[in-house]
Amino acid sequence: MPDLLIELFSEEIPARMQRRAADDLKKLMTNGLVEAGLTYASAGAFSTPRRLTLTVEGLLSESPTTVEERKGPKADAPEKAIEGFLRGAGLARDDLEERDTPKGPVLFARIEKPGRPAADIIAEVLATTIRSFPWPKSMRWGSGSLRWVRPLHSILCLLTDEAGAEVVPLNVDGIVSGDATAGHRFMAPDQFSVTSFEDYAAKLKRAFVVLDPAERADSIWNDATNQAFAAGLEVVEDQGLLAEVAGLVEWPVVLMGRIGEDFLDLPAEVLQTSMKEHQKFFSVRNPKTGRIEQFITVANRETKDNGATILAGNEKVLSARLADAKFFWDNDLRVARADAGNGMAPWMDKLRDVTFHNRLGTQADLIARMSALARTLAPMVGADPDAAAQAARVGKTDLASEMVYEFPELQGVMGRYYLREAGYSEPVADAARDHYAPLGPTDDVPVEPVSLAVALAEKIDKLTGFWAIDEKPTGSKDPFALRRAALGVIRIVLENDLTLRLSDGFEAAAGALADIRDAGAADTADLLSFIHDRLKVYLRDQGIRHDVIDACIAMPGNDDLALLVRRARALSEVLNTEDGENLIQAFRRANNILTQAEEADGVEYSYGADPKFSQTDEERALFEALDEAEARITPAMEKQDFTTAMAAMAGLRAPVDAFFTAVQVNDDNATVRRNRLNLLSRITRICAAVADLTRIAG
Amino acid sequence: MSETVSTPRSFQEIILRLQSYWSSKGCAMLQPYDMEVGAGTFHPATTLRSLGTKPWAAAYVQPSRRPTDGRYGENPNRLQHYYQYQVLIKPSPPDLQELYLGSLEAIGIDMALHDIRFVEDDWESPTLGAWGLGWEVWCDGMEVSQFTYFQQVGGHDCAPVSGELTYGLERLAMYILGVDHVMDMPFNDPQTPVPLSYGDIFHQTEEEYARWNFDTADTAVLLRHFEEAEAHCRTILEAEHTDPKTGRRIIMVHPAYDQAIKASHIFNLLDARGVISVTERQAYIGRVRALTKLCADAFVQTRAGGWTPESAA
Repeated sequence: MPDLLIELFSEEIPARMQRRAADDLKKLMTNGLVEAGLTYASAGAFSTPRRLTLTVEGLLSESPTTVEERKGPKADAPEKAIEGFLRGAGLARDDLEERDTPKGPVLFARIEKPGRPAADIIAEVLATTIRSFPWPKSMRWGSGSLRWVRPLHSILCLLTDEAGAEVVPLNVDGIVSGDATAGHRFMAPDQFSVTSFEDYAAKLKRAFVVLDPAERADSIWNDATNQAFAAGLEVVEDQGLLAEVAGLVEWPVVLMGRIGEDFLDLPAEVLQTSMKEHQKFFSVRNPKTGRIEQFITVANRETKDNGATILAGNEKVLSARLADAKFFWDNDLRVARADAGNGMAPWMDKLRDVTFHNRLGTQADLIARMSALARTLAPMVGADPDAAAQAARVGKTDLASEMVYEFPELQGVMGRYYLREAGYSEPVADAARDHYAPLGPTDDVPVEPVSLAVALAEKIDKLTGFWAIDEKPTGSKDPFALRRAALGVIRIVLENDLTLRLSDGFEAAAGALADIRDAGAADTADLLSFIHDRLKVYLRDQGIRHDVIDACIAMPGNDDLALLVRRARALSEVLNTEDGENLIQAFRRANNILTQAEEADGVEYSYGADPKFSQTDEERALFEALDEAEARITPAMEKQDFTTAMAAMAGLRAPVDAFFTAVQVNDDNATVRRNRLNLLSRITRICAAVADLTRIAG
Repeated sequence: MSETVSTPRSFQEIILRLQSYWSSKGCAMLQPYDMEVGAGTFHPATTLRSLGTKPWAAAYVQPSRRPTDGRYGENPNRLQHYYQYQVLIKPSPPDLQELYLGSLEAIGIDMALHDIRFVEDDWESPTLGAWGLGWEVWCDGMEVSQFTYFQQVGGHDCAPVSGELTYGLERLAMYILGVDHVMDMPFNDPQTPVPLSYGDIFHQTEEEYARWNFDTADTAVLLRHFEEAEAHCRTILEAEHTDPKTGRRIIMVHPAYDQAIKASHIFNLLDARGVISVTERQAYIGRVRALTKLCADAFVQTRAGGWTPESAA
């Protein structure tokens, strides 16, 4: 069984695309081969900055011959029909076999497709793969029309078996396949030929190329942690950065360097962000002080001075970067300290000129709205209204600071530092950092009351505002991240178990928007239903069905999300019991009979069911059961104890079932019939007090 | 690798070596464009010549102006007026990376000691309606060049594709010469009778322009000039293609493009003066892009842009 080796050698592939590209190469090639009948034992894909490599082992040497039998027209069918059949099958009349069937003699064709050599199939599949490769962004180069992520230089395509290795001939826009590749761009740039995957991987390593990105990442991480450990320090873990750096080098050489003394007092977040974003350095921390003191950079080569020149250069570049950061930090601190609790006035002034959205006013307008809203929300989340209003007023002022202008991802983090310097209380300063949260579905939500008030105010204002100018998310388009804001509201409320009527928040936000000329009246009912939609997605991930949530959304107080979810969880649980499931059937039956009777009679059966008109024990038992259930459900609902209420409701299953088994509702006696219909109405009403069971899917 | 090249001694020596290197590789050595531009890409030798089918190979120094980057000559790395070295080759040759690395060796970067990396950087110029894919080239962690394969310019697909190299000369030279502050960098050979530093030549102009750019440039005048340049660019292009005097087919792309460049620079000045709000910014950029697009449309209708009477027929 032959093995296949493919290498696509190009100019530097962006680090973030390499892993996915190797996977795509494997998937597209193996799928294509299998589709053409070439099965294989195993396959592996690798990437470096300059190459995508695929190895396939135990491939069939040719695709198997296939035979297809096709049933044709009757033997005595018109000549035209037979001709058509022959054309389709690619056969002559003599090739057909005549067989007797119950419908008389019928013609059968036997179509044999001979197997094809692996090389032919591979060449075809690879050419197609290259031409249709799903790069996130691709380009043309020179005079050609081929697209690749960066110019593609060579194709190595080799089929190896016991007899030896053979190049699979292939020509893609003038790039002719061969058995050669090149080593490290600087350390071993010469071309060399290979005979198998093992030979290829071994020769690459001798040519200073580590083929496997996982091996490169491991070696970087080991060397980095060892060097840090030797100096009594530790590397700040960053898997994303590690993967990226492993995609920037073929021969990783880890170097640890120093951060200039002048910069060690910068906040850790500033050092980390600057080093990571600009230089792709790892931060190295002193575990005793928690300070970032050194950095790790990963070079792509060995040098005779053991990296001294490279490290000196990197230290110099870092110093220039950090000099900028320190300049911003010092300037910002000067502003913050001069403020002395004056509402961060210089930054506030700047924000009056910064547009938040051209139809929703400036950042300063936004802040004013948020502050009013945070004050309204404060009592609902247990925060001091003055503190919440103040936190909202100053919590975004760092957007005008120089540091945040340079590093937008440090918004809030810097605000907290600056507010502390300006003498604001801890909760107010913390709210500057925490009110943006949660940014992702797994991000922590704020828990401190002041942060909660500001975080909710920020998101509710945003949602109401964009609803007021009719800029809602559509399909995959959500440029203002409103789905994220809605999920944020949901998670903040639920994870903190806040009792909060969202409509109150929307109304207050809409009131604050009245000053904005371009904003219409926000359709807050539509906004609430948007929140409900997001809630369904959120709860579905927790195993609660859509229809269960719908049954609860249909109930009053559905803008109190904590209440809504408690109800949904209780209903979901009860529906998972046998009683609950059967009660739904019974409820549906009661409801159907009732609805039909009401339609036929043109009246509404609602009240007046009376045990004295009962004809059977089952009826009387049901009356008693309903009285009992109601006696438990009503107080439970008053206490919002849904579990008890739902259990009481599910307890109706047996008497209701017994009733339906024994009793014909549409009795000939009009009084008995009316009484029974009124009884059914009582069942549905009791259930309807708990949740709208008509929405539960059957 | 070639034998070690000596380290240059001055800013101008680095420029001269780049000139000599790219000349030896067959590029036409052009001179700077005689107008204020934000980057070497605005030179018609790049913007317009990257369009159409005709082969092209040119290199030049381009003084570039970014009014908002002025720091009165105080910041070690930032200038409102600086130099770019620009190379444009169409179609991009298959060995463009090797050619580029050769240029680094020519200016004294020893490949055996330094760490050169090609780091993803997609280039886009909203005012030129242009984009391309390529890298920033890092030397020991410092960005020393941009390397781009042009895909679109002025809204037109580039076919063939041009390879563009842009060197930020001051930063590169500071690194090679081991200078920490741009103003301390030797402009000519320090051993000459009249040694001049970068600061001797540019410190005063940085001060003057920083003050003018940030505080005193007359915004009313600039706004008017912007409108005029914009209107002028359009009227030039609307002129009859056949020159009534000579009877020749003369589309005045370059004069029109000059007005587009002018509008672009005036926009940068207005931006530095802080009179353009965030929302207006996009609108201004869109207006400049509309002009460069008109110029690109017109250029491909000229002989330099690959037009022939046959192709028109």
